[in-house]
Formats: sequence, C-alpha cells, structure tokens
Amino acid sequence: MSLASRETEEMAVRDVINQTLDEEMERDERVYIQGIDVHGRGGTSNILKGLDEKYGRERVRNTPISEVSIVGSALGAAATGMRPVVEIMYCGFLGVAGDQLLNQVAKMRYMFGGKLDLPLVIRTKNVMGANAAAQHSQALHHWLAAIPGLKVVCTSTPEDTKGLFKAAIRSNDPIMLFEHGSVYNETGQVPVEDYTFEIGEAAVEREGEDVTVVATQAQLWNALEAAEQLGEEGISVEVVNPRTISPLDTETIAASARKTGRCVVVDDTPLSYGTQSQIAADVSEEAFFDLDFPVQRLGIPDVPTPFSPSLENEILIDTDDIVDAILTLA
Amino acid sequence: MSEQADQRAQPTDEERVEMLETMLRIREFESRMRDNFADAEIPGFLHLYIGQEAMATGVCQVLEDRDYLTSTHRGHGHCIARGLDTTKMAAEIYGKETGYCNGKGGSMHIADVEAGMLGANGIVAGGVPIATGAALSSKMRGTDQVAVAFFGDGALSEGAFHESFNQAAIWDLPLIGIVENNQYGEMSGIDEQHPPSTHDDLTIYGEPYGAHREQVDGMDVEAVYDAAARAVERARHGEGPSLVECVGYRFEGHHEGDSEFYRDDGEYEHWKSKDPVETYPERLIDEGVLTADEWAAMQADVETEIDEAIEFARESPMPDPQQAYEGLYADGGDSR
Ligand SMILES: Cc1ncc(C[n+]2csc(CCOP(=O)(O)OP(=O)(O)O)c2C)c(N)n1
Ligand SMILES: [Mg+2]
Repeated sequence: MSLASRETEEMAVRDVINQTLDEEMERDERVYIQGIDVHGRGGTSNILKGLDEKYGRERVRNTPISEVSIVGSALGAAATGMRPVVEIMYCGFLGVAGDQLLNQVAKMRYMFGGKLDLPLVIRTKNVMGANAAAQHSQALHHWLAAIPGLKVVCTSTPEDTKGLFKAAIRSNDPIMLFEHGSVYNETGQVPVEDYTFEIGEAAVEREGEDVTVVATQAQLWNALEAAEQLGEEGISVEVVNPRTISPLDTETIAASARKTGRCVVVDDTPLSYGTQSQIAADVSEEAFFDLDFPVQRLGIPDVPTPFSPSLENEILIDTDDIVDAILTLA
Repeated sequence: MSEQADQRAQPTDEERVEMLETMLRIREFESRMRDNFADAEIPGFLHLYIGQEAMATGVCQVLEDRDYLTSTHRGHGHCIARGLDTTKMAAEIYGKETGYCNGKGGSMHIADVEAGMLGANGIVAGGVPIATGAALSSKMRGTDQVAVAFFGDGALSEGAFHESFNQAAIWDLPLIGIVENNQYGEMSGIDEQHPPSTHDDLTIYGEPYGAHREQVDGMDVEAVYDAAARAVERARHGEGPSLVECVGYRFEGHHEGDSEFYRDDGEYEHWKSKDPVETYPERLIDEGVLTADEWAAMQADVETEIDEAIEFARESPMPDPQQAYEGLYADGGDSR
C-alpha cells in the first residue's frame, strides 16, 4: 500500500472505529447507533466511549436485550430515511436475530422489485483465543456471506477499518461489518484525510513472488508475521487481504495466485463450508492452469470453540501453522 | 399487583439451617472465585452471584431431585443451590479435565444433566425454551417433574421468554420462571429496559399468559421459599406456569472488571443492609434456631470445603488437547 504521499497518523483499530463513527455521525445526522449498552459503557468493547456524550441518547440509543428488534427496527428505520449503525455484541448473538437477517434484511429490497434503499450497517465481532467458550467465541462471517442480499465486510487493519467503515455507512445496501476482538489493539498508519475503500475490493498488503496467502483479520496479522519470518529464509510471500467477503474480489486474489502459482487461504471460520472453501474454489476456477499446487486451506477444525485454554489453543490457527502450510508448498 | 399468597409455606428449622449453609457456600465460593480471577488464575470471564444467594437457595430448597432447572451466565449460585459439587464446579471454571464439562464449558456453561441441571447459558433467555421443553417432556412422560427457568430482569426483553411462556400457558406446562431482578441488565437499569408500567412488578409480563404471579423480596430466603413452594405445588398438580420475581441486587459488577460507573450514590449501601448472608444468620441466632458457635463452625467448614475445591481445581490437569475433537456427536463420529 502506498501511503507515501499522504498525511497519516498512528492509530489503534479501536480508536479508528470511534473516530470514524464520530466523523460519519457529524457528517450526516441520519446516522445513529443502537445496541446494548452503547450509551454509558460504549458498547461491548468500550469502543464507542465519548460518542454518547457528544450525540446524546437520541443518536446513541441503548436498546433492551432484544436482538430481533435491535436488527429489525434498524431495518425499518433504514427503509424510511435513517442510516442506522447497529451493534450486536458478539457475532453468536446474530443467531437470536436470525429471521430478521435471513428473511428481512437480506431479501427486502429484492422482493420489493429493487425499489428501496436500505442503508443499514450491522457491526459485530468475531472472537477467538479469549477463553470465552463456544457461544461467545467464534467467527461467523461465512454464515452471513452465504445469504444473497447481504454484503459482508471483515475489518482487519487501522487503515482498512476507516475506509471500510466509511464506505459501509455511506452505502445504500445492508452491510454486515465483522470486527475481530484480537485486532482491536493493533496499531498502524491511517491516512488523516477522508477516504472510502470500495466494498468488494481486496488489497495486496505485502508483495511477494513465491506464495500467495489470502488472510482475514487476526489471521492477516499472523500471515504478515509469517511472511516476515519466511522472507528471512528467502521465501517471498505475497499477502492479500480480501476486505470484503461478499462480494469477493476474485480478480485481485486470482491475479496474485496466478503470479505466485501457490495459494494458501487462512481464516478464523470453521474449515468446512466456509470462507476458505469459497476462496479456494474461486482461485481454482480462475487460475487453475497457473497453479503449481492445489490451494491450501487453513481454518478452525469443525468443532465449537472449547473453553479450556489447552483445548482452545489446539484448535486456533497461529503464525506457525501458516508458516508450515506455506512450507508444504515451497 | 401480584396475586396474594393464600397460605404461607414455612421451612422447618432444619431447612432454615440448610438454606443458610447453601447461601454461605455460594458466597464463599463466589468470593474466592472473584479473588482468584483478580489474581489471573481463571481464564475467560466471570459473572458472580454475590448478593443474590437467597434467590437460588429459596427456590432450590423446595425442588425435588427429579426436577429440572436451567440457568444463566450468572449460574454458579443455581448450581450450588441445586447441590452440585463445588469441587467439580471449581475445576470447570479453571478449565480443567476434572470439571463438570471436562473443561469444554467453563463458568458460563456448567451443567450436570444427571442432576437435572440443564446448563448455565451464555445467551440471555437461552435457557427458558429449554426449561419449557423439560416441562413438556415431563408432562408427556406422565411424571410430576417440574422445570424451573432462572433468568434476569433483562431476559424479559427477549422473544424467547415470551414465546416460551405463551407455549407453556397454552399447554399447561409445569414451568416456573424465576425473574432475578438485580436492578440491571449489564450496565443499564430497569428504566432503560422496560416500560414504566412494569417497573413496580415485572411479573406483569406473565399476565397475558395467565401465569400465576408472585413478587417477593429476593434478599429474604424465606419469602423466596414461600413463593417458590406455591409455584412448584401448582406446577406439580397440572395448574400451569408461574412467574416469580425476586427483587434484589448484585454486589459485584456485571462481570469481574466492570467499572460499575452506573450505580447511584447510596444504592449499594441500601442493598448491602439487606445482605442475606449477614441478616439471615442473625435472624436464626435471634430465633434460637442456631447458636453463634454453630454459625462459626459452619463458616469454618464451608471455608475448608471451598479451600479444598480450589486446591483440587488448581492441581487438576488441563485436558489433553486432543479432547478438543471429542464429544461432538453421539455416534462417536467426531469432527472431520
Ligand atoms: C442474546 C444475548 N444478548 C446479549 C448478551 C450479552 N449479555 C450478557 S449478560 C447481559 C445482561 C443480562 O441481564 P439480566 O438478564 O438482567 O441478567 P443479570 O446479568 O443482571 O443477572 C447481556 C446483555 C447475551 N449474553 N446474549
Ligand atoms: Mg439483571
């Protein structure tokens, strides 16, 4: 990424989220936040702190513990002139709002003949490695991405968080915005200027020649670390950040795989029927004759996340796992 | 207003002493968990029952071993009141192989299905439909078992509560809902979660479902016992669901590490003066049910028991990592 010519500042992901929401709320008074304890506590991860005082209870709205209506009422508000940003505390609680997501949010515009805009952002977080047990610890973006009508974004870095949040809030389609608990405190350079990243566009985070690693969120950070380590051993790794899971930027991902001839996909969703399989299938279709090896997938084994650290560590993907996967292709 | 109690259910002196011991056991267990969590001995997060001991204790005292219960994210008190073993509970909270769930569940998912304890639950109101199903099953199997769902004031905002109570009412199921009103759902007070028409009496949510309703002082274990006894009696005799609100307070944060910015001045002190683990022993001593020496001995015994439970938890092995792949399916076909 070339940030060379732009003014940037060093920020943590959590502060980028706060600042970006602040800027968007200031820019457009139709933008408001609703969710559990968003006022006072500042949301599940205290990220929204300060927005309550600035915008008051009308625009930073505490809801009852009612996920069906947290999502559904935001949909109704979006259909009638507001631009809600909803917080669902942990992605597992999306299950409570299941029908609203599956049958209402995703289908409303299409069923109505494409005649209404639904500027709705649903923020939630993936969590792994926090010893939070199965209901509070999982990644679910693949689940929502399987529903036509939902755009699904995964934020990973301070820079993409700003660009993707702004794009999502300004979009006239419903966007599922997945954050990841493990990257909130990661820091990096963020352009100071106002900018958006197109929903549906991937980014090459690090250029390389030998192997492509496609990685999201916490795994993007692990992949960059793996690339660094292997670089010292003379293996040149290209790291691609999909940014959007649906629609997926197959073109950018496949172009990288074509260039390197080897591709590893790594993501914190369960391995089967997940993000990894979709990306692997797309790469295989697009770049088959340029690949030297079958696309490799790394994901969470197909079990709910166990509580005990010894069990959870067993199923987590870490930098070493990515290094090993790359080495099997080298 | 809640329905008036027709006849007061009075615990025997033996039961009163038992209830005191149960509340003390919960308090001691939770206090030690709080301290050890602060010392970073315990992974994950922790929601403690300190202050609410009388609620679970009064209810579970009137249950039979064959009855069922479901619990919440704040579930340790329900487990202890049900008679679960503090040793295996501590081990589970520590993530050890010897815990109730072999380390797979942790604090928020302790369960002992053989003891009718159908699980703590990380999803607000997640246990209410499950208790409804247990009540249905006991009815279909022709037993007189009842099912108790414990849940917080916040859970009354979830559809799962309303759908369950509607179904239980239509089918006359032996379901007893215990609303533990500790004044907050996370950091938001009742006024942010429920309309003014309900604030004085949350059991009003049971009214359209025709549930038998009672509101009791949740800091008074005998008041809880009394209301629970009537609700259980009705359920056992096919008279349908009940909703009992226990009004009380939690003395700890929502979870450990909560800054508790939301408490009003003087609020804590007000409720602390009703602390059941302080007031009940005084009452029993005053009434000659227990001597001061017996109370001191009980405290020493419970302390020893919890010491031993924690020692056991500390010394138990972590599960073998390979166990992560076990236990997913009945046919032993585990994960891919
Ligand atoms: C479906 C769902 N939404 C939100 C949460 C997050 N959460 C955990 S406990 C809690 C508050 C519950 O309040 P209440 O039912 O009154 O129980 P208390 O914690 O006061 O015992 C919330 C919102 C959750 N666990 N599940
Ligand atoms: Mg509560």
